Formats: sequence, structure tokens, C-alpha cells
Amino acid sequence: MKPAPFAFVRPQGLQHALEALAADPGAKVLAGGQSLVPLLSMRLAAPTTLVDINALPDLDHVRVDEGGVHVGALARHADVLASDHVRRAQPLVSLALSHVAHPTIRNRGTTVGSIVHADAAAEMPMVLALLGGSVAVASRSGTRTIPAAELYAGPLESTLHHDEIALEATFPVLAPVDGIGFEEIARRHGDYALVGVGAIVRVEAGTIASARLGYLSVSDVPTVVDVTQALAGELSAGSIEAASEVALRQLEPADDLHATAAYRSRLVRVLTARVLRAAYDHALDRARDRIES
Amino acid sequence: MSEELHEVRLSVNGVVHELRVPARRLLSDALRHDLGLTGTHVGCEHGVCGACTVLVDRRPMRSCLMFAVSAVGSEITTVEGLTEQDGSPEGRLGPVQQAFAECHGLQCGFCTPGFLTTITAGLRDNPDPSEDEAREMVAGNLCRCTGYVNIVKSVLRASEIARERR
Amino acid sequence: MTTKLFGEKVPRVEDQRFLRGKGRYVDDVLVGHDLLHAAVLRSPHAHARIVDIDVSGVLDVDGVHVVWTHDDLAGAMADPLPLLIPHPQLTHGRTQYALAKDEVNYVGEAIAFVVADDRYLAEDALGRIRVDYEFLPPVVGVESARAAEHLVHDDVPGNVAARLEQENGDARGAIAAAPHTLSLDLTIERSASTPMEGRGTVARWDPDTGRLTVWTSTQTSTGVRAAVAAKLGLDLAQVDVITPDVGGGFGVKINHPWPEELLVPLAARTLGRPVKFTEDRREHFISSAHERGQVHHVEVGYDDDGRVLGLDVRFWHDNGAYTPYGLIVPIITSTQLLGPYKPGAYRVVFESLYTNTVMVTPYRGAGRPQGCFVMERTMDAIAAALGKDRTEVRAANFIQPDEFPYDHGLVFQDGRELEYDSGDYPGSLEKLKALIGWDEFPVFREEMEREGRRVGIGLACYVEGTGVGPYEGAHVHVETSGKVKVATGLTTQGQGHATAFAQIVADALGVRFDRVEVVTGDTRRMPYAVGTFASRAAVMSGSAVHLAALRAREKVLKIAADALEAAEDDLEIVDGVVSVRGTPDGTASIDLGTVAVLSNPLRYAFDEASKAATQFSVGDPGKPPVAEDDEPGLEGKDFYSPERSTFANGMHAVIVETDAETAEIRILKYAVVHDCGRLINPMIVEGQIHGGVAQGVGGALLERMAYDESGQLVNASFMDFLMPYVTEVPAHIDIDHLETPSPLNPLGVKGAGEAGVIPSAAVFASAIEDAEASYHPGLAITAMPISPSDLFALRQRHEESS
Repeated sequence: MKPAPFAFVRPQGLQHALEALAADPGAKVLAGGQSLVPLLSMRLAAPTTLVDINALPDLDHVRVDEGGVHVGALARHADVLASDHVRRAQPLVSLALSHVAHPTIRNRGTTVGSIVHADAAAEMPMVLALLGGSVAVASRSGTRTIPAAELYAGPLESTLHHDEIALEATFPVLAPVDGIGFEEIARRHGDYALVGVGAIVRVEAGTIASARLGYLSVSDVPTVVDVTQALAGELSAGSIEAASEVALRQLEPADDLHATAAYRSRLVRVLTARVLRAAYDHALDRARDRIES
Repeated sequence: MSEELHEVRLSVNGVVHELRVPARRLLSDALRHDLGLTGTHVGCEHGVCGACTVLVDRRPMRSCLMFAVSAVGSEITTVEGLTEQDGSPEGRLGPVQQAFAECHGLQCGFCTPGFLTTITAGLRDNPDPSEDEAREMVAGNLCRCTGYVNIVKSVLRASEIARERR
Repeated sequence: MTTKLFGEKVPRVEDQRFLRGKGRYVDDVLVGHDLLHAAVLRSPHAHARIVDIDVSGVLDVDGVHVVWTHDDLAGAMADPLPLLIPHPQLTHGRTQYALAKDEVNYVGEAIAFVVADDRYLAEDALGRIRVDYEFLPPVVGVESARAAEHLVHDDVPGNVAARLEQENGDARGAIAAAPHTLSLDLTIERSASTPMEGRGTVARWDPDTGRLTVWTSTQTSTGVRAAVAAKLGLDLAQVDVITPDVGGGFGVKINHPWPEELLVPLAARTLGRPVKFTEDRREHFISSAHERGQVHHVEVGYDDDGRVLGLDVRFWHDNGAYTPYGLIVPIITSTQLLGPYKPGAYRVVFESLYTNTVMVTPYRGAGRPQGCFVMERTMDAIAAALGKDRTEVRAANFIQPDEFPYDHGLVFQDGRELEYDSGDYPGSLEKLKALIGWDEFPVFREEMEREGRRVGIGLACYVEGTGVGPYEGAHVHVETSGKVKVATGLTTQGQGHATAFAQIVADALGVRFDRVEVVTGDTRRMPYAVGTFASRAAVMSGSAVHLAALRAREKVLKIAADALEAAEDDLEIVDGVVSVRGTPDGTASIDLGTVAVLSNPLRYAFDEASKAATQFSVGDPGKPPVAEDDEPGLEGKDFYSPERSTFANGMHAVIVETDAETAEIRILKYAVVHDCGRLINPMIVEGQIHGGVAQGVGGALLERMAYDESGQLVNASFMDFLMPYVTEVPAHIDIDHLETPSPLNPLGVKGAGEAGVIPSAAVFASAIEDAEASYHPGLAITAMPISPSDLFALRQRHEESS
């Protein structure tokens, strides 16, 4: 298990990196490498050039402003998770990050890298999709912003062009009337989840104004389902069941080594109920805190 | 066609080494085979087992998931760097090492270096962990011998030893 | 008095080097020397004929030194690998070639061997080898092997390697006459040892002396040595095998010689440079060995008390593509299945079947987990059918303490009779019930039910034949410095032998523990040995070390008695000093180093101490310097070879919670009662139990080798083969020991290495079934391991059928 040979560049500036990437159609970007390096060692991927972006300046930021939580391409999961600003501004990011692999992997792996790796079993692509965030990318011809809804093309496939480098992911700040929830079930603690579900629920005047759910590991791409209508304003056994039905219609639970499709469907129902309740309660708690302060 | 070699300056356990390695040389292999620091072990080469964990700028990372060429400019600590200077040639066991010896926290010893580095960093962040936190601290490392019972004990004991030595 | 060390929690001496990163595992050997590195091309197909192999172009790769296929091998190297343990009933034993000849029979089978400057280049070279295959239909799983629509080996009809039957009494007659009968179908899936360190071999040929040194990560140095010498056409005396530190074995490293254990030495000799092979993780999954895959059918007849009157077991053992290790695993299942019980009559029949999968050799427990699962599931089924407590049914079937030695009337894995030496099963059961809180459990269950939580309790009992023969030996040498050097031939892979054996020697010889240094698995130091398997090291080498130390002690006393002009019987040895009992300190005493000097009459003095041993200083001029019945040097050597195995035993109990919604399985409490005779070092024994329990949890709840229909192992990584992390094992394991000393060896010990893993599948099945019982009455757990998804499916099927 040793990688095949590749050319290697470690540019000190973005322009140089973009040129190196564009120069070789077989080139790939190396950031944290926690997903890429195993693929190389197993020779399941064999890029001809690796463009190591770890020496690029000014990309390790974790910043919060009214525009959202901004995570630079070299910010490690651990950095984002450690940020209290992030936790306050968008707690779903922090909550989901605590489920990403193990701390040692989070010390090296980057959040942006995970997002553009586009693994439907990973947490952060789903979170970006659920929150309606975006990724800023650069190429030699300039920069553009890809909304999360347009980011995922298929299994392990993003809509980034070959010559583009993702510079930053932006997660919207949690609105005062919103609450979030996240749960996943894995075979072992820290493994990829059998099913993971995130929720964002808006509660206005005691009723649910909107509710969206994000699913991982139950379809080829991170999948967001709007269940506002199914809930019809409130949480009840019936409305949650209806929400699960809506979700399952859009999901494609499949059999694999670790679980049957039927079991995954069960987990979708169980976790959907749990995260909807958690998100609803979270919204109410936040409303209460607002009133008290 | 011979492969391009890269000049790499690696700072390991406070000593700077100059290497010429191909870009694909894994950091784990560079440490073991180029620098002879064979205390770092390789158990899976896909980042799951944790045996190869070293500290990169004080944070535990999988050395099998990094290339030596990417480690330039970082300070790396391996298991060989965990002993404390006490004037003796071999040095005194660090608190985590000492705790493993006292608590029978190892059997075959193969996974041990990864646990030692991980816990060393973990106790820096959380010097007084609860039992649950101790378990969480080692939750990303595999051991096939001990059943982890005595490893968790070792984490708690290491915290005590570190306190005693302060 | 020197403090007695036997039975003490002595800290391990080996830990110092491990903790400092100074261990020497096989991949650490010769680092920094002019090593070459090997890689192996392995079959990507489960079953195929090799039409052609094209290696042209491989040697063009810079840094590649050798590429070999079967065509390049000659003499014994071109023959099939040895069938290590032949058996009369193994009528169709088959082994693979070092490199495949004409056909491959599993994904991972070695086809070509490359040596290059480093492993990276060697893997590049593998990528240039082109193999043309003609595909053959693969046989995967017991069912497909039994159906025998396709054959793994053309010349093995029905895919049956062996059929073996043993019977004690008329089991079928007893079942027919019994008031109650039951039948069960029980399955255990494949798993594997998966030590953290894979296999590995380094070899160096010394052209000046014509000698070969092999370092290999094995459980038997002497076995590898004999095999290498035979295959390479060398005299045994030309080959040294050294087992360095080993990163876990758990059974898989007892098989030998692996293709690489022969190819690496051959390459080292051919190229005149040292060569290293270090197996990677994927290779370990597909080209070492697995175990546990068996399907069983049980017929049992019993009386109103649950006493088993007749037991008839048939089972089918998936031995994979080859049978290098003979029938050891299924023979152990067939005999050790009986556990602590004495059925009125017993018949067992098994077939060992070929499949196009990785071969099967023992993995910690070696067939016992399957046997224990079968017997304990049967006990649970009888209890359920009679509406009796599960412990009562077991107690009704126990061999009683006054019935030892107890002869089962069967032949065990070592060809000896299955005769238990000692045990107290009712006593163990009482301890276990107290430890787990068996009698209090119903109250706990009610409390939990009120919270809407499902809990269940289970137990399982086992007996384990440990310390099988034929022998082990030990050599004890007291140097003139007073240091004691001990060598025993079996190998060590984490059991702390250097500590436990040093404890034994320190006690026997009367020296300080820190003066004793133990070496294992080095054929230069002890060329006669068997290996480390079947929980035999403490029993076999422990006893041998003890006997050898006593020999050395005899000699010490003899020489010291002369020197001190005292009777041997009046001497004692404390902290390495021999003195006359009852005399004041230092007046009539001699230290062991001086005794060692005196033991070896010298012509040349090379230091102060040796002056005392030169010919003008010692000896009676009227006698030869070395007496006729004596030898120079202060040494003791002895071998231990018992008539038969010792039988350790134990019982486990677990309380689990099964999630009503998600079918997740959580461990709430785990208890172990264990009897391995006298404990040499309780700390080490407990460590073995902890590790065994964790491995058992893996085997029961997480780990399985998942083959698809084409014979691909689809989870050949640590991502998907789910070895437990700390988060998946019990946080605490309550352990109680019972010590019924074995009468078969001088130390009264029995083995402990495998015990922890044996009852796991059985105990979890019992507890999970119990947790489900109120909600899904009659839901039976008949196959292990079990995942939440499996349990969910069982619930669904149960709901649909009721």
C-alpha cells in the first residue's frame, strides 16, 4: 500500500497553485489529505501531480460575520470545532463536526476539503447543503461562488472544474428564530454513519414556519428535504411520520456491508423524529433565551 | 526513468534532518526508514488504526496520511521524543509512558506509540480528564491486545503522575 | 528470605523498550542497511486458471532486482507448501505453492514475487506484470461448497477435504429414547486474528560463512527454521531463525512457512543482499488466514431436569482454499464443544470443506468459540423449552469436582484422550452468579422496563484444553557476573513471557528478578521448541524454565557445598548468594557469580574473578578438573513434555440493552470467572482476559469477513472490518479467579491466553435473546455475529411470522 509516483508542487502563492493545477489535467489538490492519501496508498487514485496547498497564505481562517461562518481552505476541522464564535453563530456546524471521524483525523483534515470531496457519507457536505451555504472557488480566470445546491453532481463528484481550487466555505448564520438538530448512528464511534440526519426548524409564534432536513449515507449525494408542508406547523407523531415519508420518497436507502436498506429506512424514521424534536426544542430555547436577555 | 527527489528538512524531536525523498514518501516511512525512528509503527496505512500517530506541531496526526514533503516547517514529535531528560543516557519515562508501565497498558507494544503520542497531546489540552474523557481521548486508536481497560486506567494515572511531577 | 515472585503482579520488563519506541519488530530489523524490499502480485480472482504471465518490462523499472513466478522456482521450492499437520481422515489435503502454479484458488493467492530498492518501486513493478486468466466458477460459503455444483480442486470430490466422526455411547439411540428432544441450526461467520502488526520476514545470507539468518514475525521459530532449511536445500545448522518483537499473533502467525518466509530467504541468498517483506493491511486480509466459519446442526435429547441424555452434532467447516494446518480447528470444535458438561452419549460428525476463499488456520480460541456457541445455545434452548432458569440446566449437566480426572472417551487435537485434569464448575457458577448479579437481575429488568428500556442477561461456560504437547525446553545459564540468562524456544507476541518466566527462575534459583534475562524464539539459543499457540506457553515453557532452573540450582548447591565445606542440604540461596543456613551474614557464603567461576576450570584468567578459577587456584590435583559426571559451566537445561493437555475453564456473563427503536446493542455489565490453575502473574492474566473479551465483543457484534458471490472480500480494510475501538468494548470487566491447580505440571498452571474470547458469541446471543424475549417471544438467535441491522431484521421477521 504505497502511492504511485506523482509530481509534486508546494506553491507559496495562489496564482502559482492555480497555474500548476491547470498545467496538468491529471493534477489534484492536496489539503488535509485524510481522504485522498488512503486512496493514493491503495492506488485507487493516481494523480500525476499533487498541488499541495498547505503553504498558501491566508487560507486557514475561521471567521464569523453577518454574511455567515467563513471557513478557509486550510482551516482544519479541529480549528472550526474549537471556535466559540462558530458555535454561537451556527451551532449545526460545530455539532456535526464533533461527529467527523476521530480527533486525530480532525487535526489534519480540512472542512473545505471534506465538502468538495463530496462524499455523501460525510457530515460537512450535508451540513453545507442543509444550511444553503456556498463555496468560493478560484481558477486562473477568476473566482466564482457555487451555492451548495449546485455543488454536488454525483457520488464523490462535485461541480468544481478541474482547474479550480476551493478557497472558502460559507455557512449562513443561524437565524434567531431557527433551531438545529443533528444525530447519526454508526457501527463504531467515529465511523462513517449508517445514517445521519440534520435539521433546521424555524419556529414563529409557537408554530413551525419551516423545517428542512439533511441526510447523509442514504443516497448518492447529500440530500436536503423540505418537510414544512408535511409537518403542517407542528410536531406530532403523525406529522413526524409524514415528514419521514416525504424524506424517504427522496432518499435511496441501499443495502451494504453494514446495514440493509430496510434498516436504514428505520434509522431515517428514528433519527428524523429525534432531530426534528431537538431542533424544535432548540428553537424554543433560543426564543426563551432571547426573551430573558 | 528515475523519480524526482525533493530536499526536505524535517524537524523531529528537536533535531533537524535533511532528506532527499520522492514526493510520495509517506511521513511514516520517512521517519522509520530514512531517519531510523522505528518507534512509530505502521498498522494499516489508511488512517484507521492510529499506530503511526505522531505529534505535528503538538497535535496528534496520522503519519501514514501525510507525505514527508508536506511536513516541512513543522515540528514533529515521535514516541522517541516523549522521554524526559534527567541526566541519564536513556532519560526518564514521560508521565504517559510511566503510567502505561504501571497500569499494564500494553501487551505486544505495537499500537502503544500511537496511544502515547495521542494521550500526551490529549492531557495537554485536558490535564485532568474524567474516565469518560479519558476514553474519548483514545477513541481513535485500535489495540488488539489489551481490551483498552488498562489503557483508560493509564490515561488517568498519567494525569496524576504529571500532576505529581509539576 | 527472597520474596516469592510467583503469583505477584510484577511489572513487565519488556515494557521499558516498548514505551521508549525501542522495540524491535520485524520491519525495524536492518533499517539503515542495504536492504531490498519485496512485494507480491496476488490473484485478483477467486478461481482461475493462469494461462500466461508476462513479466517482460518489469526488470526495466529502475531499482527492480528480481521478478519470479512459479517457473523460476526449482527443486523443493517448486513443490506445494507443506501440509503441517496430517491426519488419517484428511483424505484430500491440499496446500498452495509458494507462487501459484497454473491455478489460483482465492483472491490474494501469491502469483509473482518482486524485489526492488524499496517497497514503492516493488509495487510499481507489480503493476507491470500482465496475467491472462481463464475464469473458473468460484465456490463461496459452506452452502455452495456442500452443494458442490462446482469444485475448488478438480480432484477433490464434493469439495470435502475430510470427514471425521467420533462417538461416545449411542447418541442417536439416547435421543430417540429421551422424553424431550430439540434440534437447532447454528452458524458462526468468518473472522480473523488481525494483529496490529501483519506478517513480515527479513533474511540475510552471509556468503563468507554460508549461513542464513531469518527474522520473521512468527509464533514458531523452530518450525520456520526447519521449513526454510528443507525448502532451500540447506542444512539446519546453516539456518538461524530469530523471532523479534511480534506485534500480536492471535493464531495467524502459527501457520508456516508462508510463501514470503521462503521467497525472502531465497532472494537474499540469490542476490547476496538482505531482503525484507512487510505485509500491508490489505494483504493481511486477503493472503494470511481466517477462521470461525462453520454451520452446525444439533439434535439433543434431555430429561425433565434438562439433563442431556444424547447429543448428536453435525457440522460443516469452511477451510478455505487449502488445508496447511490440517483439521485442528474442527477437531477442537468437535471435542471442546462439550465444555463442562457430561452428556449421556455424544456423537459428532464434521466435514471440512474447500471454498475459494482465504485458507483457515487457528485464530485465538481455535474452534472453541464455535463449539461453545453450539453447546451453550443448546443449553439455553433446553432451558427455554422447560421453562427453567438457564443456570439450573447447566448445573444439572456439570461434571462434578469429585469426578476428575474426567475422561470423555474422545480423542483430542493432540491425538491424546480428552481427559479433564481438574476444575470446580459448580463453584465457578456460584461465583459468576454473584459477580453479575444473576439472582437480582429480574428486579433490575423491571426497573429498566419501567423506563421503557430492554435489557437481557446471558451466560456461557467453557472448558479449554491448554498447554498441548509435545514439549518445550529451557536453558538457564548463570554467568560469572551472577546474571542469569534464560532461553526458551517458543515465541512471544505480547504475553510478557520475559517477565513471567523470569519470575519462575528467580524463585527457583533464589536470585533477584532483575538479574534474570529471558530470550524467546531464537533458534541460536534454543533450537528445540514447538511454538506459541493453544494457551501453552505458561504451561509448557513455564514448566520447562522451572525444571531447567532447578537443574542449575542443583549444580549451584553442589559447587557451593564444596566451596563452603558444608552439606548441600544446609545451604540456601537468597538474592543470588548461597549461604549456610543459620550462620551470620557473610561468614559462610558465596555469590552465584563466584559459583559460576568455580564451575568452569580455566587455563586463562581474563579478569579478577576468573583468576579464582585458573588451574593453580582450584581443584584437587589428584582428580580431573571436570569430574566424569560433570560439565564445565553453570547451566541447567531441561524439557517438559506432559502426557496430555491441562484443561482451564471459565464462565462469562453479560447484561446488554437492546434499543427498541434502532436495535443497537449496548453492554451494561460484563463478568468473568476464570480458572487457569495457579496464576504466575495475575496482572498479565487479567490483561489476557481483558483483551480476549474485547476480541470476543468484536467477534460477536462487529467483525465478519464479508465475501461476495465472486469470492471478493469486500471489507478488506480497517474501515469496514470493524475491530472494536475503546468505545465498543465494556468499560469495566469484573473478574474473579478460581484456582484449581493442575496436577499435570510442577507449577500447577493451566493456560490463559485464549480464554477471554471463547464464550463471547454464546454469551451475547444468550443475553440479546433474553432482552428480546418479552417483546418477541421465541425470537431465536442462531447466527453470530449480530449487528443492529441483523437484530432489526430478526425482529421484523418475527413480527411478520407471529
